[in-house]
Order: sequence, then C-alpha cells, then structure tokens
Amino acid sequence: MMRTGGSCVAELIAKSALSGRSVTWNGTVLAEVVLGPLTSIAVYPGQMRAVEQALGQRFPAPNTYGATAGVLCWTGPEQAFLIGRAAPDLGGIAALTDQTGGWAALRISGPQAAAALMRLVPLDLRAMRVGQAARAPLGHMNMVLLREDAGFLALVFRSMARTAWHEIEVALKAMAARAAL
Amino acid sequence: MRLAGKGRTDRTAPVTFRFDGRAYHGFAGDTVASALLASGVRVIGRSFKYHRPRGVLTAGSEEPNALIEVLDGSSQTPNVRATVQEVYEGLEVRSQNRWPSLRWDMLAVNDLAAPFLSAGFYYKTFMWPRAFWEKLYEPLIRRAAGLGTLLPKVDDSAYEKAFAFCDVLVIGSGPTGLMAALTAGRAGAEVILCEDDAVMGGRLLADDGQIDGAPGVEWVKATLAELRGMANVRLMTRTAVTGAYDQGSYGALERVGLHVPPRADLPRECFWRIVAGRAILATGALERPIAFRNNDRPGIMLASAAQSYLGRYGVAAGARVTLFANNDGARVVARQLMAAGVTVVAILDSRSEASVLEDCPVYLGAVVTDTIGRHGLTRIKGTHAGGPFQIETDCLLLSGGWNPVLHLCCHQNGRPEWRADIAAFVPKPGMIPGLVAAGAANGSFSTAACLAEGLAAAGGSGVVPVAEDAAYALTPLWAVAGKGRAWLDFANDVTVKDVQLSAQEGYASVEHMKRYTTQGMAPDQGKNSNVGALAVLADATGRGIAQTGTTTFRPPYVPVSIGALGAGARGAGFAPQRFLTSDQASRDRGAPMIEAGLWYRPSYFPKPGEMTWREACDREVIMVRGAVGVADVSTLGKIDIQGRDAARFLDLVYTGTFSTLPVGRVRYGLMLREDGHVMDDGTTARLGENHYLMTTTTAAAGQVMRHLDFVHQAYCAGFDLRFISVTESWAQFAIAGPLARGLLNSLLDQPLGDFPFMACGAVAVAGIAARLYRISFSGEESYELAVPTQYGEALFRDLVARAETLGGGPYGMEALNVLRIEKGLITHAEIHGRVTAFDIGAQKMVGKKDCIGKASSQRAGLMGPEREQMVGLRCEQPIGAGAHLFEPGTRVHRETDQGYVTSVCYSPTLQGWIGLGFLRDGRARHGTKVRLVDHLRKIDVICTLCDPVFHDADGGKLRG
Repeated sequence: MMRTGGSCVAELIAKSALSGRSVTWNGTVLAEVVLGPLTSIAVYPGQMRAVEQALGQRFPAPNTYGATAGVLCWTGPEQAFLIGRAAPDLGGIAALTDQTGGWAALRISGPQAAAALMRLVPLDLRAMRVGQAARAPLGHMNMVLLREDAGFLALVFRSMARTAWHEIEVALKAMAARAAL
Repeated sequence: MRLAGKGRTDRTAPVTFRFDGRAYHGFAGDTVASALLASGVRVIGRSFKYHRPRGVLTAGSEEPNALIEVLDGSSQTPNVRATVQEVYEGLEVRSQNRWPSLRWDMLAVNDLAAPFLSAGFYYKTFMWPRAFWEKLYEPLIRRAAGLGTLLPKVDDSAYEKAFAFCDVLVIGSGPTGLMAALTAGRAGAEVILCEDDAVMGGRLLADDGQIDGAPGVEWVKATLAELRGMANVRLMTRTAVTGAYDQGSYGALERVGLHVPPRADLPRECFWRIVAGRAILATGALERPIAFRNNDRPGIMLASAAQSYLGRYGVAAGARVTLFANNDGARVVARQLMAAGVTVVAILDSRSEASVLEDCPVYLGAVVTDTIGRHGLTRIKGTHAGGPFQIETDCLLLSGGWNPVLHLCCHQNGRPEWRADIAAFVPKPGMIPGLVAAGAANGSFSTAACLAEGLAAAGGSGVVPVAEDAAYALTPLWAVAGKGRAWLDFANDVTVKDVQLSAQEGYASVEHMKRYTTQGMAPDQGKNSNVGALAVLADATGRGIAQTGTTTFRPPYVPVSIGALGAGARGAGFAPQRFLTSDQASRDRGAPMIEAGLWYRPSYFPKPGEMTWREACDREVIMVRGAVGVADVSTLGKIDIQGRDAARFLDLVYTGTFSTLPVGRVRYGLMLREDGHVMDDGTTARLGENHYLMTTTTAAAGQVMRHLDFVHQAYCAGFDLRFISVTESWAQFAIAGPLARGLLNSLLDQPLGDFPFMACGAVAVAGIAARLYRISFSGEESYELAVPTQYGEALFRDLVARAETLGGGPYGMEALNVLRIEKGLITHAEIHGRVTAFDIGAQKMVGKKDCIGKASSQRAGLMGPEREQMVGLRCEQPIGAGAHLFEPGTRVHRETDQGYVTSVCYSPTLQGWIGLGFLRDGRARHGTKVRLVDHLRKIDVICTLCDPVFHDADGGKLRG
C-alpha cells in the first residue's frame, strides 16, 4: 500500500512495512493491511472519565477492544491504542504518542487462521471471541492481537514485520501440507 | 511369514522399501519390523556393546533391539525403532552399529571378550596412567561407542511446534482411553486424545476378545466413529505424550510426515505443548521379558509382540513357536497362533500349579536355560519337573508379566508404589496434580476393568460395556538361575551378572546400579528392563523390591529430536530480524549488512574501484569531516516520557538534572545501575513542559525500557507519569558535516533559524511534521532528523541524493565508529558493565542531587588511581581491540597487566592508528608510553597515551 503525504513542493512517499503483500495457503489468507492513524493513549492518574468523555467511547477492559468510532484496543494498564481515526486533543488528561508507522498490521483470515497462529502464540485462540484482544508473543516478537469476525489482526513491530510474515507463512504452508496428506 | 486373511494391513496396497540395500515388500499399514518379519528377516540390528545379532523384541515404541537408520536423500535419522517406522513406497532404511555388514560385524569380537567387558570395565581398566585418559582411552572408546551415525550436515528439514488447549487430555487409546474420551466427549468437554501408534485401539486391535458380544475391533470402530463426529474431540495419532510439566502442561511429539516420502513444507515432526484442565493416563502396560542364558537371540520376542504381529499385520513370528510364561494371560497368544494355523510346539509355564489344558503340550515348572542359533533361534534348552529338555523352535515368546506405563506420573518426582499381587509398580494418586491413571496403566489388566476405569476417570457413571474380566494370575520370575549371560537390558547389553556385580562392589542403591551398569540408559530408557533389573538387585542385596525402589523416570518418554524442539529456530530463525526503512536503499548501493543486536545496519557503502572496506570507510570519514554524510540511526532506542512528574522521574534515573533543561533543548545523560556502574548513555530532549524524548543506545534499548518500568512500578508508582517506546515510530537520520545545515535548508519547508548545538524542535519536511535534534556522534556539526517511520525510506533516499549533490553521501557503521572514536565518544564497547562514571571521566556528571546508583558509585574502590581509567592511545602501527596494556619493559604477565583496549581504528583524519582503552591511573599518564600486547593478532607495540578526545577537543567544529 502506498499513499503520499504532504502538499508542498516535494512529497515524501509513505510506505508500509511489506507494501501491502498478501498470500493465500489452502484458503487461509495472510495480508498486510494499512490501518490509518494509530495513537497510543495513556490515561493520566484519575482522568479515566474525562478521557472516555473526550473519546466518546468506553475505555476497553484488559484484553478487549471496542470499535465504536475507530478501534480502541487495550494494550496495557490504563493504556490503549486508538486505531483508524485521528486522536482528539487530550491535553492534560492523557499522554498521546503517534505510533502509526511503528506497527505493521497483518490480517490472518480463513479456516486455518487460529490453528496456524497457535503454532506461534501460546494462547487458546480458538476460544478467543470477537472483541477480545491480547498482548502475547508471536514467536519471539511482541504482538498486539485482535480477534475479528473473519480472523485475527496482529500488530507487530514494523522492523520485525518480515520475520512475522515469514513465521506465519511457514505455519500456513505446514498446515496446507498437512491438509494434503 | 504372512498369513492369509489375517491382520489389518491393506493387502491391496503393496509397498516396496529397501533394508540394507535390498528390496522388500510390505503393505500399507506395515511397520519396517512387521514387513521384515513377514519377509523372514530375523536379524535387524546389533547390540550396543557386544554387537550381538538382534531381532525384534516388541511391537511398539519401547523397542530396544531393532534400531535402524532412515535415509531419505537429504537426511539420515539414526536410532529409529523399526517397530515404529511405517513403510512407504521408496523408503530406505539400514541397520546400524555394525561394520562392514549386519551379518559380519568386526566389533562382534567384543562378544568373545565379554568376560573382560563386564560392568565397571572402563572405570577399572582405563584409570592408569592418568594422562592416557584424555589422549588415548577416551577417543578410542568414543569411536567404538554410540549408536547410529549422523550426516555431517545441518538438518534442514521442516519441523513444527504448536500449542493446544483442552479440558481433558486422554493419553492412550486402548479400551481405557477410548472409554474415557467417549465419556468426556459426550459430556461436552474439550477433549484431546493422543495415541503414540498410527492407529487407535491399543491392544484391542490385536486381541481377539469381545466387547458387548462383538469383536473388540468393532467396538473400537464404532467408538472412533462417534468421537470423530464430535466437534469438541480432537484425535491425534502418531503422537506420544513425552512429559508432564507444571500446571497441567504436557509435551507431546507428533510424527507428522515420517510415514510418507518427504515432501515440501510438510513437517517431519511437531512438538506440541498441550495445556489440559485434567489428564487421564491410559497408556496401558508393557510386557516384560524373562532373563536366562542367551535370551537375546533373534527369534525371541515378547508374547504380546507376537500377538500384535499376528493380529495387526497378519504375520506369524515363527513357524514353530514356543511360549515361555509365568502367567495365565500369555496363553491367549498361543491359542490365537494355533487358531491361525501356526504350530505351537510347547507352552513352558514356570509355575508348578497351572492348567495344562491347551491344544499343545504344556510343561509346568519349566524354565528355559539356554538357547542356540546365533543369527536366529533354532533350539532351546530347559528343565522341568521331568529333568532337562531340548526343543527345536525358531521362535520363543516370553511373558514375565506386565508393567504399567506410569512414566509420566513420575515426571514431577513422585514415586510409584509396589503391588505384590501383580508384581509391578503402579501409580499413586496425586503424583501429577490433575492426572489420573486408569486401566492397565493403573495396574488393572482386564478389558472390563479398563473400560470401567476409563469411564470413571472421565467422571462418567453410565453402563460399562461387557468384556473379558479374567483374573491376572502370575508368579514372579525375573531371572532363571544358571551360568552364562542372561540379558536384562537388551539395548545396553546389561546382564544379570552385571547387576549382581554392581551389588557386590557396593553399588547397591538402584541409582548407583543404574550408573554402574548403564542399565536403563539406552534409547529405550529401561522401559523393558527396569523392573527386572531392580528385582535382580533386590535379590542380590536381600532387600524387597518395594524397598529397592525404581530409578527416576524423566522426560521425554520417547526420544524427541532436537529439530522438533527447536522448530523454526534454525539459522536466521533463531531470533527476529529487524530491518531499517533504509534497508533496501542501502542494499541497492551494495552495502554489506552487519548485525547490531537484532538490527541489520549497513557496514559501508562501496564505490566503484574500492577494493577493501577500509578504502570505503576512510573515504566516508573524510566525507563527513569535509562535506556531509547521512546515516540511518533509527536503531537507537527512543522512549517518549510524559506527565507532570516526567522531570522528577528523569532526575531519578539519570545522573544529570533534567528538570532544569529548557524546552527545546537536549542534554546528554548517563544512567547508572543500582550498583553504581554505568548502564547506558544517551541524549534526552525536552519537547514540552511535561514531555521528554529519551534516546538509548541500540544495544541497551530493551534493558533501559525494562529498567524504567521497574523504577516506575517499584519506586514511584504514584508519579503522574506515562512512557512508551517510540523506537519503531520514528525513522531518524544523522546529517553530519560542515555542509549539514545547507543540506537541511534545501529540504525543510522552512529554513533553520537560530538552532544551536543541543537544540531540538519541530520542523516540517514536505508538509510532514518532523523533529530535529542538533546532536553529534561524530564531532561535526550534526543534526538528527526524525520523521514518522512510513516516510523513512523516502526521506533517506532524498537525503542521500542531496548529500551526493553537495559532495557527500551515505556513511555506514564502520565510518560511524571511526568518527566517534576520533571524538572519544563511548559505546557499549567501553560501558561494558564493569565501568563507573569515574572510569570514563564523567564523575562530574554524577551531580549534587540523588539518583539511582549514586550512593553505590561512591563506595570504596570505585574511584581513585587504582581504577582503570579511560585513555586514548596513538600508534603508528596497527593495533587491536581486546589487547592488554603493560608498562614498557615489564614482563607480560597477568600480574603486570595494567589495562586493556576496547576500541581501535585507523583514523584517516589523524592518519594513524588510535584507540580507546582503560588503564590503571590512566588520566595521570597522558603523554607517556604504554606497551600494547595482542596475543590473538600477534601485536606487540608501544603506544602513546593521550586524552580520549582526538579530534576537535575544544568543540569548535561541533558548535559550527
């Protein structure tokens, strides 16, 4: 995926980590997606109500996410990622950091999505329901994982995107090879 | 030989495979062992120590004798049990532990030398002279020892690791396991049923017993059909549970692709980590042999194995079969063989009180005392009430009773208990929390009892299917007294005499006996010999078996390949690879990559005609000093710190004061560990009143983040403070050199105004909000420009093009390193964990205020002339990092060692070799000479000591 930023004389081309790559193995799709703005919101002590009012949505409980206006996903104590819309001004009530370019988003969907990810993630992903999220290792990598309708959305460090892609694809290939037995 | 109409192999699917280069035929569903037996092959392997010809003893994964190598072109797997390896078209296997051939094995000479090779032989023989051990004895012994061979290459086959979760893990799929899985599955539990074998059903597949009035196999079929129909039940064949770990975790090894020809992407094995709410151990029992002279001939096997070969594979283990047993149960096998038309010559029952009503001669009070037939049994000798006898027989079946497979129960240090009525160890409840043993694994050997216990273990209370419920009557017989060698541990060639010798020599504890004789230390881990050996030991020491106890069973229950344990982690898979946004741009320019932590960074950017890295590096250094260079520095850790207490927090973790830093300014910071030594250094910018951006070194980014988290949570949880890593969120580039400002002004949307050294601020590049820091790691006027990561590649390519237009260009890690050494700036080569702020000459940075590590840094011995202090070194000749420093003229010895060198380079700026190092009282010795000795590179030169800052000591260039 590419988009351009800026409107001045010169322009800088924005690139996602894997240029929007996508691959299918035995009906299960692994694809890099571009989610738009991603902002970390860390609520200052005692400001939870004020932040919820300013955001217009409930702050997610641990290991969950809400999708009222943009996705708001729990990522740590009193911390969440706002994904897909620009964050409002929360000056004084929460610390905001722009994390847009820092994470690569991989969507894994299809019949083998949970089984393939369970090669790498030590959680019972079959039991994960839409609206649940987790901070869990993907192999040796840090990951934010969201359960979606069609599968999973995995956020990994952008610099590690190639490794994450490789490891998930190896798992998908092995699943496909098993299915062909 | 194969019997028509018998067994469950697919006779419509013939398979050809090769054993020791010769083609053999089998059918789909055969193992190598069953197919070779069907073809009349009796010798399949050689024993470990005496190289005695061996055949098949068992029909399962516990096999001690029939170990083979599997060759599949690209790989070679030793010690595969022929009883486990399924045949497939084109499979190639060979025997091992023999030379030159299986039939003629030179090392069989060991068998003749057996009187000298008893247990303890090595310990006694190779003691003197002492020096011979390492140089002569050990290499010789090692060459002769070992089973199988490996190819001297990396195993690049695919392996897999996976996680699974369930409410109930059922281990084993005989009557107990199937009943348990069915019960739990019907109750709606998430069930995983693991079976080591390729098919489910356990002994019911070979038995001819009935369940609910129909053959047992029909019940297996119906049960499996129902289980397959349940979405909450997962059936895993070819999967051995290998270990029981904490909190309901179990390890399991699945043979995924070992039963088919290798194919792309298909894992050979998968190592599972299964987390279960509770587990049911339905692993059944293993039949045990009886020890007597020459009881290891090819053609001697367990009665249950013969039953499996008949019932499952339609193979008769011999033409004239004899059964030697100490119990009633084994007679079933003789009856089954006779029903199939196989001649049973005799049943030798060691008990004097037992039934003689069989369709063949039965001898009571009979024992086998010797056997004849080196490459295959031909005759046995024995005695019974009527005196000695001899029998012509090609197959002797043994049954010395059964041992419950309770190994998993012992994986958390629990000890089983002895049950005299069945002469076997059984699990005690609670040995593994959440695990219940049922059926034969629990010492209940009848099919009816297995079904009932399977049902109960799964919490069911329904009707138990009707099945055989015969009492298990046996009189223990471990070893037949007499001369000669009687084998206990076939795999490691341990005999009754060896165990008796162990007791005689004082190794009377079972654990000592094991180590003295090596009993139980072969690939089968003593599954076939453990109880027999300790029974012999108990007899030799005059203790009971219960008091003697067992050795410790440890994971894994079956051999697990390292490839499966380390699946995915070979080569580059060992750790994640981190790539910069500029990665492709750097590679496009031919830059070799160097690994820095997990990151890949360009080493240098070669130009046409440059033959060595030094040429490129020198040019890049001169380029930065004379024009402008661009380097990707995004790997440095970046931590965004916000909140009303952010300044307080920084004052606590840094030696310097950051609360007084004005907004729009950057300050260098030094961070100490609790013990007063330097942890890391970096710059921190104040972006706003309550907003800082800390940078760390690349190497310590994770460590610093962890440290900050610890300090926050442990010491100042109440602070109004939030911080998060933004390392990945910003692509950051150093623009260094006298033309740096010009380059920036050509690029930025607004030209730079007053922007002094150590300033920072927001700028815009093509409308993109960016951050600019005027900091320097080179000693030149230098800026670091950060943009959101998605724009990193575009900005890098643009910066490099502009730099080249100005006579500059990109520079890599080598030049970056030279530039910083010339300026006397430290990296983790210097702050390696043992140095203090005093050592690096930064004591004045440990200020008046308190900070973490300050008190410890003031301890005695951490400051003063006795410390090795950072110095600069100059030399006309090449020098090396890692070298040690000595007073010129003194002896080179550890006691005269004065210090060491941490970083060196050739300085194109100074046109000589320079280095940084640590030298005792070094700061007082500037201008004097020191001797540098590098044993590794064979360097021994005299250097001149100087201040570590070689270049632009007054900072004139830096400030522009």
